Amino acid sequence: MDAKEVIARRVAQEVREGMLVNLGIGLPSMVANFVPDDMRVFFQAENGVIGLGQRPPDGMEDRDLTDAGGGFVTAVPGAASIDSAMSFGLIRGGHLDMTVLGGLQVDEKGHLANWMVPGKMVPGMGGAMDLVTGARRVIVAMVHAAKGDPKIVPECTLPLTALRRVSLIVTEMAVIEPTDEGLVLRERGPGVAVEDIVAATAARLIVPDEVPEMVLA
Amino acid sequence: MKRALKPAEAAEMIPEGAVLLIGGFMGVGSPHRLIDALVERGVGGFTVIANDTARPGKDIGKLIDARLVAKCIVSHIGLNPETQRQMIAGDLEVELVPQGTLVERIRAGGVGLGGVLTATGLGTVVAEGKPTVEVDGKTYLLEKPIRGDFALIGARQCDYVGNLEYTLTAHNFNPVMAMAADTVIAEPHHIMPVGMIPPDAVKTPGVLVDHILERLI
Repeated sequence: MDAKEVIARRVAQEVREGMLVNLGIGLPSMVANFVPDDMRVFFQAENGVIGLGQRPPDGMEDRDLTDAGGGFVTAVPGAASIDSAMSFGLIRGGHLDMTVLGGLQVDEKGHLANWMVPGKMVPGMGGAMDLVTGARRVIVAMVHAAKGDPKIVPECTLPLTALRRVSLIVTEMAVIEPTDEGLVLRERGPGVAVEDIVAATAARLIVPDEVPEMVLA
Repeated sequence: MKRALKPAEAAEMIPEGAVLLIGGFMGVGSPHRLIDALVERGVGGFTVIANDTARPGKDIGKLIDARLVAKCIVSHIGLNPETQRQMIAGDLEVELVPQGTLVERIRAGGVGLGGVLTATGLGTVVAEGKPTVEVDGKTYLLEKPIRGDFALIGARQCDYVGNLEYTLTAHNFNPVMAMAADTVIAEPHHIMPVGMIPPDAVKTPGVLVDHILERLI
C-alpha cells in the first residue's frame, strides 16, 4: 500500500453515515474510494453539486457536470445542484460536516498553510479559506514530509489559510490531533515507530504512553 | 420581448476598459460565444471578475491569451500558467479573493447591501488593510460589494422575455452575477417560447436580463 492509499484509507474512517463531506482536489479526492458503498454520505463539490458520483462512462460525459477541478463526474440519486452562493453558504454556515484538504504546512497551533508559496506558486486560495473557516471538521490529508523537509512545523512560515485550528492531521506515518496543549500523536502508520514520527516532525509532539497502529481494512 | 443579438453585435456594445462579470467555473457555464466574439473584436483593457481564468486557450483563458484583460478579480488561477506569467511580468493585475467571499461580494453588489461580514480570511493576507467588525462577540472581516458594467451570463435556456434556467454545475456564479451589473447579456444554449420554462424553474427572472444572444446554431 503506498503512502497516499494509507492516508486515504485512514481518512475514510472519519466519514460517518449521513455526513455532508467536501473533498479537495488530488489526494483528498481518493478518500471517496474507501468509504463503504452502503454508507449514505453526500459529497459536495463547491462548484455546485451535493451528491457527487463516480466518473461517467467514456463518451457519456456531460460538459455541465464536473467537480471543482473541472473533471467530469456523475451525480448520485438524491443529488442537488446549487449555485456558488448557496454552495459557500453551506460551507460557511456550518452545514458542511467535514472537509478534507491537502496541506503544505501545519503548525503546533493547528494552523494550516495550503494555498501559496511566495515567489514560487500562487494558484489562489479558491474555496480553501472558506472551507477551513466554516466546515465543522477540518481534516488535513498530506504526506508527512516533502522530500525530507518536515511539513508539520513549530510555526507555519507559509501564508496561512485560516486562523481556525484544524481537527485532525492524517499522514502515512501518523494521525495527529491538534489540541489546546499542542499536537497529540494519536496513531502510528503501518510499521512505523514513534521515534521515526518524532524524527520526521519539526513540531513538538505530545506522545501518550500508548500510540496504537492505524487499523486499515 | 427581447431581440436576439449576434455575438459580434453583443461584443460591439462592450467598450474598452469595461468591468465584466463573467459566469463559469473552469469554463463550465461560461458564455463561450460571447468570449469568442470579444477575442475576435480585439478591444480590451477589461477588468474581469470571475471565479477563475480557466485554462490557456479555453473560455476566459482566451481573453487572457489575447491580452484583453488588464485586471482580474478571481479566486483561483492555478490551472492557468499564462495568467500567472502575465501577473509575474506585471502585465496583468490579479486580486485573489476567497471563493465564498467573492460570490457574496458580487451578491452584495447586486442586492443593494453595503458589504459582507465574514470570518473567512481573518488572520491571513486577505485581511490586510481591511476593517474588522465585531458582532455579538465575534470578529468579522468587512468585504466590500462588487458590481460590473456588464454581466456575461451562460445559461441552459431562456425564453423570449429573458427568463433563465441553468443546469447542474453550470449555475455557479451566473445567477448571482446576473443581479450585479448595469447591463446583463445572457448566452443560452436554447431559446424557448414564453411558457416553456416553468416559473419555478426560473433562477434569473427576465426583468434582470437586458440582452439575449441568438440561438446556438
